[in-house]
Amino acid sequence: MACEHWTEKAGTEKGWTEKLDAYLDGELPADEARALDEHLRGCSSCAAEGLRKVQQKRAVAAAGLRFTPDPAFRARIQKSIAAPRPMPWKRLWLPVFVTATATALLIAGALFLNLQGDRRSEGQLISELVDQHVATLASANPVDVVSTDRHTVKPWFAGKIPFTFNLPELQDSPFVLVGGRVSYLGQAPGAELIFRVRQHQISVFIFQDRGTADVRENEGGRNVLSFEVRSWLHNGLRYFVIGDASAQDLDKLSELIRAAG
Amino acid sequence: MPLFDRLYNFAHWLTQDRQEAEDLVQETYVKALKGFSSFRPGTNFRAWIYQILRNTFFTSRTGLKAAATVPLDLEGDEGNLPAVNDTPESILLQRSDRQLVQEALGRLPVPYREVLLLCEFEEMSYQEISATLTIPMGTVMSRLSRARRALRDAVQELQGK
Repeated sequence: MACEHWTEKAGTEKGWTEKLDAYLDGELPADEARALDEHLRGCSSCAAEGLRKVQQKRAVAAAGLRFTPDPAFRARIQKSIAAPRPMPWKRLWLPVFVTATATALLIAGALFLNLQGDRRSEGQLISELVDQHVATLASANPVDVVSTDRHTVKPWFAGKIPFTFNLPELQDSPFVLVGGRVSYLGQAPGAELIFRVRQHQISVFIFQDRGTADVRENEGGRNVLSFEVRSWLHNGLRYFVIGDASAQDLDKLSELIRAAG
Repeated sequence: MPLFDRLYNFAHWLTQDRQEAEDLVQETYVKALKGFSSFRPGTNFRAWIYQILRNTFFTSRTGLKAAATVPLDLEGDEGNLPAVNDTPESILLQRSDRQLVQEALGRLPVPYREVLLLCEFEEMSYQEISATLTIPMGTVMSRLSRARRALRDAVQELQGK
């Protein structure tokens, strides 16, 4: 039974009962719960009512489990759920799923072929340049402009190729400029410069970049048929450095040309 | 099958009959599978499937009959509840054995029985109960209090026999 004090506070007894129930169900807001908690500590009649309610809650919780399903019934339901009867949503989604899968496969395939294409064209590009380098080495007239002077070689290309480039100062370096010639790559004209370091000849090819798709991963160094190859992109020009000199030599020359570029 | 045993138990409490409880559970599963697209992920699955079960129950013959015999004062605000004569003996449930409480629960009107089971046995929050029974939170609270009082009366009546 509610004490007068609490009944006054909560309004009606109905309100009080609901509040006590909510408190015991853990559903009363924190501040109200604290106030009620305090009251219960000091009020024996409310505490007794609360205890009785808790006991009834426990009794119902214990009594709640009364009926267990028949094993045969369980098996029947299990079977009906597991039946391979296609559900409507499955029928609906199957064509969508198939279409999506096919599309994904096509896209993946196209990407793969495209990638392969890029790789092939990149490989072809490098080996074409290596061929040109070898041809230059074998040629009786390896260069069209024979000069060690970069101020002679550079102007020689003017009007022969559709771009211009800078050549490095080679004093205090082991490299010697031998000369230059016009080269072609994919029907586009470019410059081939020949440098010498000790007994090795190095070709430097400069072409207008036609999209990075042609050359991808050779920004760093690579080795093709024992020829060292370096490549980079600068100001829309693609540089290739190819030779049978040591990797360090190619790196050094590349650095000089980059610095001049 | 999650919830199967509990769903069956709840169905049997509602229908008070094994065969009807089995039919009710079976229909609930069929409806749940068919209507699974209507279940919004992130919402309460338990409340959803219990809701299907009791909606199915209340459209069955037994359910319609149960709904028709609901006491008039179920939600009505008829003022203060009658005072209970609390003696030291009645403060504690003297025969708090399971069978007595089960019998008393079985005598309660279905709305009282189900709200008590959902709260005490299924340990649903007021919000879950509100979603399952599709009634406002305030109604959950008042119905729970009335159901508890009704159960107490039913137990005392059985004890007095």
